[in-house]
Amino acid sequence: MEPGYYAEMDPAKRAMLLTALYMAQEQYGYLSREAMERVGRRLGMSPREVYNTATFYSMFRTEPVGRYLIQVCEGLSCHLAGGAEDLVAHLEDRLGISAGQMTGDGRFSLQMVQCLAACGSSPAMRINDTLYTNLTLGQVDTILQDLEGRP
Amino acid sequence: MTFEPVLLRRTSLPRSDSIDVYLANDGYAALARALRDYAPGELIGLVKASKLRGRGGAGFPAGLKWGFMPQSDGPKYLCVNTDEGEPGTFKDRELVEKDPHQIIEGAIIAAYAVGAERAFVYIRGEFFQGIKSWIKAIADAYARGFLGQNILGSGYDLEMSVHRGAGAYICGEETAMISSLEGRRGEPRLKPPYPAEKGYWGQPTLVHNVETLANIPHIVNHGAEWFASIGTEKSTGPKIFCVSGHVYRRGVYEFPLGISLRELLYEHAGGVPGGKAIKAVIPGGASTPPLTADQLDITLDFESLEGAGSALGTGAIIVLDEDTCMVDVARRSARFFAHESCGRCTPCRVGTQRAVDVLEAIEAGRGVPEDLDRLEALCHGISGNTFCPMGDAVVSAIGGTLVRFRDEFEEHISQGGCAAPA
Repeated sequence: MEPGYYAEMDPAKRAMLLTALYMAQEQYGYLSREAMERVGRRLGMSPREVYNTATFYSMFRTEPVGRYLIQVCEGLSCHLAGGAEDLVAHLEDRLGISAGQMTGDGRFSLQMVQCLAACGSSPAMRINDTLYTNLTLGQVDTILQDLEGRP
Repeated sequence: MTFEPVLLRRTSLPRSDSIDVYLANDGYAALARALRDYAPGELIGLVKASKLRGRGGAGFPAGLKWGFMPQSDGPKYLCVNTDEGEPGTFKDRELVEKDPHQIIEGAIIAAYAVGAERAFVYIRGEFFQGIKSWIKAIADAYARGFLGQNILGSGYDLEMSVHRGAGAYICGEETAMISSLEGRRGEPRLKPPYPAEKGYWGQPTLVHNVETLANIPHIVNHGAEWFASIGTEKSTGPKIFCVSGHVYRRGVYEFPLGISLRELLYEHAGGVPGGKAIKAVIPGGASTPPLTADQLDITLDFESLEGAGSALGTGAIIVLDEDTCMVDVARRSARFFAHESCGRCTPCRVGTQRAVDVLEAIEAGRGVPEDLDRLEALCHGISGNTFCPMGDAVVSAIGGTLVRFRDEFEEHISQGGCAAPA
């Protein structure tokens, strides 16, 4: 970071960056080049600065993901309590993809993540903004059936 | 030990997150008292006398931290750290989702004591429910006159807003959090200067963990002496412990600091499934060195755990039974830290990745005796050579496991892999 950076910037504007990136991601589905350029114009930042900051954070995506992003916790506590590995294997089998991939129809993406702060109620997964805990494979099937049935 | 909960007292009530339930159960009485009866400096004195120590991991005395904030007139800020990300920790989520006003009340009192005009709630981006809880609770607090201009007719003004992180563990470190709040990469800054001197946009900033702030209304309501009478001489007050891993009743428990680990695990958490023996316990989250089976009678407080070469950390207790592979535990922790290293300091960025490679090889049966020296050298190279405490956390997790369970690592190497039951 260049010295004197603070003084030259309008503090209030740049401080909005994470919020603006969330809004753009919501609108575009991911942070496309166009989305980041728009954010930059609004906040008086170069596209390079926006990209540089956005890519630091794992929740900002520069590639498209499925409409339903499924994230399974593989953290230490979930592993010890058991069930996390079975859950992933079941999801891979059911969706026909490996962790890290997206289904051909763009409906589901599957990811492994570290710690969802649900260590007391594993196995745990998150689909978009909903956290599911103490999961059984039967419940997973019900959840997937529901999402598959949506338009 | 039976203990009437303090911090989790309201969480079992129906609609415990609502401001009406909070107000019906002593809510905001401490704020009214603080604004009416205390000058800011007197509140700092009160918190100092309570000997409250920070609950986010480092255990720094809260009153001392308040005292470091300058008396100057310029803008001052408070950051409420809800970036709970330490593996094994799930206490802040409980507090935020079930009793957010307790934290808001503590935050307003803290902000008043240090003369802050704005408070930022920095919350982990993945806490969707917690974000909603925070936004609702803050709006309700504004509507009832606990936030905004001229709070409760005192002439004191405070604005509070929620800021969502975006999936970076390191932003739980206070200077990284400030960078992130400014709209930058969440990279830690070299200390000193400490945030109390130069924080948000270079102005004095107080950063506190959610649980630390939740204690404040109780200290104001019941006094510093009452608070200091709970716990031990040097570790006062109640503490929320998160118990996970190989234990019957995983969950959050509130007890005075100084409860014995054995009592917590066997009398309250139900012991280990299958009647198995405990091999190790990670006492304070993934970044604290494990305790061994002969240390179960230790008391859970800052000084005892430090004396045992570990740390109370966030109070996240991960139980590992006799069948657990300690190489695998070290490998999983290393993988976490390698993933979460922000990349700014080379020893942490490269060292964690190298440690993962070595531990993967040992676990897979490709280890050689020199690997253990290599791990030690890596730990030595990281320790003390990074901007923020994450480097030391890595060393605690990996080096701390290697020191205590070296024979298991050697066995993996001599026998060509893991002999533990899958």
